[in-house]
Amino acid sequence: MAILEQIKTPADPAPTKPVMELRGLKKAFGTLEVLKGIDLAVPAGEVLAVIGPSGSGKSTLIRCMNMLEVPTGGTLAFRDQPVARRFRTRAGSIGMGTLRRHVGMVFQHFNLFPHMTVLDNITRGPCVVLGENRAKAEAHAMDLLAQVGLADKRDAYPAHLSGGQKQRVAIARALAMRPDMLLLDEVTSALDPELVGEVLGVIRKLADDGMTMVLVTHEMGFAAEVASRVIFMEGGMIAEEGTPDAILRNPKSERLRGFLSRFHG
Amino acid sequence: MYNWDFYTVLLSLDLFMWGIWMTFLYTVGSILIGTGVGLLTCFARLSRFAVLRLLARSYQEIFRCTPLLVQLLWAYYALPMLLGFSISNSTAGLMVLSLYVGAFYAEIFRGGILAVDKGQAEAAQAVGMSQVQTMTNVILPQALKKMLPAYINQSVIQVKNTSLLYAISVAELTYMTAMVNSATYRPLEAYTLTALLYFAMLFPLTQIADHFERRMRRSD
Repeated sequence: MAILEQIKTPADPAPTKPVMELRGLKKAFGTLEVLKGIDLAVPAGEVLAVIGPSGSGKSTLIRCMNMLEVPTGGTLAFRDQPVARRFRTRAGSIGMGTLRRHVGMVFQHFNLFPHMTVLDNITRGPCVVLGENRAKAEAHAMDLLAQVGLADKRDAYPAHLSGGQKQRVAIARALAMRPDMLLLDEVTSALDPELVGEVLGVIRKLADDGMTMVLVTHEMGFAAEVASRVIFMEGGMIAEEGTPDAILRNPKSERLRGFLSRFHG
Repeated sequence: MYNWDFYTVLLSLDLFMWGIWMTFLYTVGSILIGTGVGLLTCFARLSRFAVLRLLARSYQEIFRCTPLLVQLLWAYYALPMLLGFSISNSTAGLMVLSLYVGAFYAEIFRGGILAVDKGQAEAAQAVGMSQVQTMTNVILPQALKKMLPAYINQSVIQVKNTSLLYAISVAELTYMTAMVNSATYRPLEAYTLTALLYFAMLFPLTQIADHFERRMRRSD
């Protein structure tokens, strides 16, 4: 039960304004309802871990949070402004394009651009979307690459990197947009076990720096260590939520106990 | 034993050169127009709008499922009867060649775009890129590499297809050869020379296609 020793004390209970707020969020693919009404607020600086069995809607939830999946019901608000189901921002609501500039995403399978060098992967977003000039974007990218320990790989192509290196570049690419919030979708699931640590190290550092993050993960020990709150999803609903201590050490429901027991071995 | 006499045929070298020049012009012209038509058709096929998809698909099937020779004859001899005015053979020829190759290019472009992993578009969108930015920065550069060998192969076929313009009396290489033949009565030499000329134009192109195909396989 090594993970229980890592559980950190509950986060500061003082309420902060939510960066993102979901109300009654639903997502259906045809007749299959994957999210059945999610109410969730993510305050600034929170590290929210989303756990649950496969098919419970975790990935769909996190993909709805930057509109890669467009919800079929309910509302999504970013910094108190409703997010519209269109790309451009108009009066009264912000568009998906604006939302995504502020909410970074890191994918399970990295999704680096194979035809670009590491440096180009990181700078293309800021240059094309934010209109940053090349020199400024490169300086920022080099700074980020140094933070993730890959400054020497600036001119390498993704094909020549290990999985762990790819994922660190992907994190740097998301950070290059200077996001207010980062979504991490099972970012260590595609990695060889010995490479998981280097990626978790980078995320831990981001958490320490106060980055608001939502992470879907199967790394229970890591969730216990870095998360300020954990939600357990099942059947498209939030079945339980609370501090890592409450959820991971004192699960209320039989289902959550059953789910966790698989990770404790 | 046949007595080869290339000298008689080569006296008309200027006619062959003119034919090559016209073949070149029709090839390049139809490839350029066809590429534009192909891209538009490809985007229409990938569009959200069913009407656009249907229109693009219909155009493609009409041009892919009828012989090019029939299309040329129809555009030059039959279409003017519907329009009420005549079309020059060069206009009809260029138009049909372009639309014909465009229908095939569209399929090559579409295949290349669909072969790019879906995660690529998502990663581009996740940094806030619009659909157009995603297409130009992320999808097309990768798709181009995948479609290049097929694109060059289709273009090689296009060079050969210009010879069908002979049927509507466009003065390209094959037509000029026929003229030389009727003047010299040396079909063996004339058509052998023409075959060699086509080969000399096309062999380098097929080598380039092979080169890209090998390079693509290595980089995967």
